[in-house]
Amino acid sequence: MASELSFEKPLIELRKKIEELKRFIDTEEIDFSDEIKELEKKAEKLEKEIYSSLTPWNKTQIARHPERPTTLQYIEHIFSDFIELHGDRQYGDDPAIVGGIAKFNGTPVTVIGHQKGRDTKENIRRNFGMPHPEGYRKALRLMYQADKFKRPIICFIDTAGAYPGVEAEERGQSEAIARNLREMASLKVPLICIVTGEGGSGGALALGIGNHIHMLENAIYSVISPEGAAALLWKDASMAEKAANTMKITSEDALEFGIIESIIPEPLGGAHKDIKLQSLEIKMAIEKSLKELQSLNEEQLVEQRYQKFRKIGKFISVL
Amino acid sequence: MLKNFFHKKKRYATIPSERSKKDIPEGLIVKCNKCHKITFAKELEKNYHVCPHCDHHLTVSAPDRVRMVLDDGNFFEYDTDLISTDPLNFEGYINKLEKDMEKTNLNEAVVTGEGTIGGYPVVIGVMDSRFRMGSMGSVVGEKITRAIEKALVKQYPFILFSASGGARMQEGILSLMQMAKTSAALAKLHEKGILFISVLTNPTTGGVSASFASLGDINIAEPNALIGFAGRRIIEQTIRQKLPDDFQTSEFLLKHGQLDMIVHRKDMRKTLIKLIDIHQVKGGM
Ligand SMILES: [Zn+2]
Repeated sequence: MASELSFEKPLIELRKKIEELKRFIDTEEIDFSDEIKELEKKAEKLEKEIYSSLTPWNKTQIARHPERPTTLQYIEHIFSDFIELHGDRQYGDDPAIVGGIAKFNGTPVTVIGHQKGRDTKENIRRNFGMPHPEGYRKALRLMYQADKFKRPIICFIDTAGAYPGVEAEERGQSEAIARNLREMASLKVPLICIVTGEGGSGGALALGIGNHIHMLENAIYSVISPEGAAALLWKDASMAEKAANTMKITSEDALEFGIIESIIPEPLGGAHKDIKLQSLEIKMAIEKSLKELQSLNEEQLVEQRYQKFRKIGKFISVL
Repeated sequence: MLKNFFHKKKRYATIPSERSKKDIPEGLIVKCNKCHKITFAKELEKNYHVCPHCDHHLTVSAPDRVRMVLDDGNFFEYDTDLISTDPLNFEGYINKLEKDMEKTNLNEAVVTGEGTIGGYPVVIGVMDSRFRMGSMGSVVGEKITRAIEKALVKQYPFILFSASGGARMQEGILSLMQMAKTSAALAKLHEKGILFISVLTNPTTGGVSASFASLGDINIAEPNALIGFAGRRIIEQTIRQKLPDDFQTSEFLLKHGQLDMIVHRKDMRKTLIKLIDIHQVKGGM
């Protein structure tokens, strides 16, 4: 494994030991097979233990894993005939957001998503999946196009956030995000959102006004990054772990708050361990949502989406 | 308990009319936080809370803002009964809310209601940056959404004065979703062809800037207000260089095409009346 996470260490150590014993058998011709069996059992148990008791911070680490599958990879596995479309027709083409048209089980759809890089070079080109205003405007252009041709829209959400930079501010990062929120609320086609990795604040939400929202098991969705929260709360970004564990950012939390429709299970250890299996799980969730939403007419779709967000919030009346 | 605290303060919750507002004691002085010169509070109030020495627009409370903008004694406040819960069990949050309730005599960071301006009925929302930096949690989102829904039913223009540091961290993702909720309500207003004037005052940043505050048919800012998406410090850390002084000011935004106009506080009321007046008759059709 190229990049292991700190909480996986005991498991990786154990696996190394097993490998060593196996090598020993080959070279020294001593039979350790019983010991190996014992250790393998132990490893299996440990794996289940580790991955079934992940803290929100552990999940954050998995959600940010450098090998975490990206939008384009999911598109390849879930859709057919994908044609990428570029540009916002106003300023440029933001590689931090990809979008286009494709077929889903034969049905024409529009697919849009944040796009992180799969290596350093691509990450630099794609600005680590942190969009500028033109990225959000490209997304909106493609959504209008979907609306015109009555195609369902599927959005993949995976960003640390909208890019905090000078040019982003100059070109209206706030306005671009705000406009998407308002316009997505009015679209007359089914809109399904999948939070696949990091749901980083407004930059994630700008692709997130869905009739249905699903989250991968280890994905996170938060108002501020754990590092940002830690810096504000304790003036110390290294307290991110504590912040992550406080902020209720997991898929379970989002489900409990009534923000998402379902949690999409991940392979043991995370989506990157088996992208085919993961894609299948996502595909099933989209199928289910699409079937349900295609029974609604245009007006009902807009109203269902409105009521979904209208309900969100916790407060009390003291009259 | 926050609830008990609310009951204690409840009788102060409605906006005092011109008659019943607290009298400012004679001789009380205020120091401008820009030029540091002092002004009598009475004089400052007459001057729309704008420093007579340097023209700096000082922070205005929501009740003061309502008095400055609407016709005299003509305000009916909505939803004074809503208060925050503590959905994340966030350490110290309830305590901070209680302190701000006491400090401001408000129950949350936004005051909403209806009144008239130049005789025209409007629904209005005014944020108060003294309450948790005007941040938006569930109550702020709910009150603004309800106000928009009122404007929709009554077909009144909707005016919103923003003053906010953004989404409220202590309510986590629920705060983020208030951006979606308020913007979706504005979508309805937009479809119905009802006027929404957004007035951005110091500060309007983060999740508030990136939702309703940027969605006015007309976006107005007060002079030299801080308006932007990302915090200055975060941008400086990201790009590793110092930003110019005028970065993310109203003037900066106007220059970059993000605002319709900058309006001095003393001219705000008459500008709003003019705008509403022009929208009364729709294009002679
Ligand atoms: Zn001054």
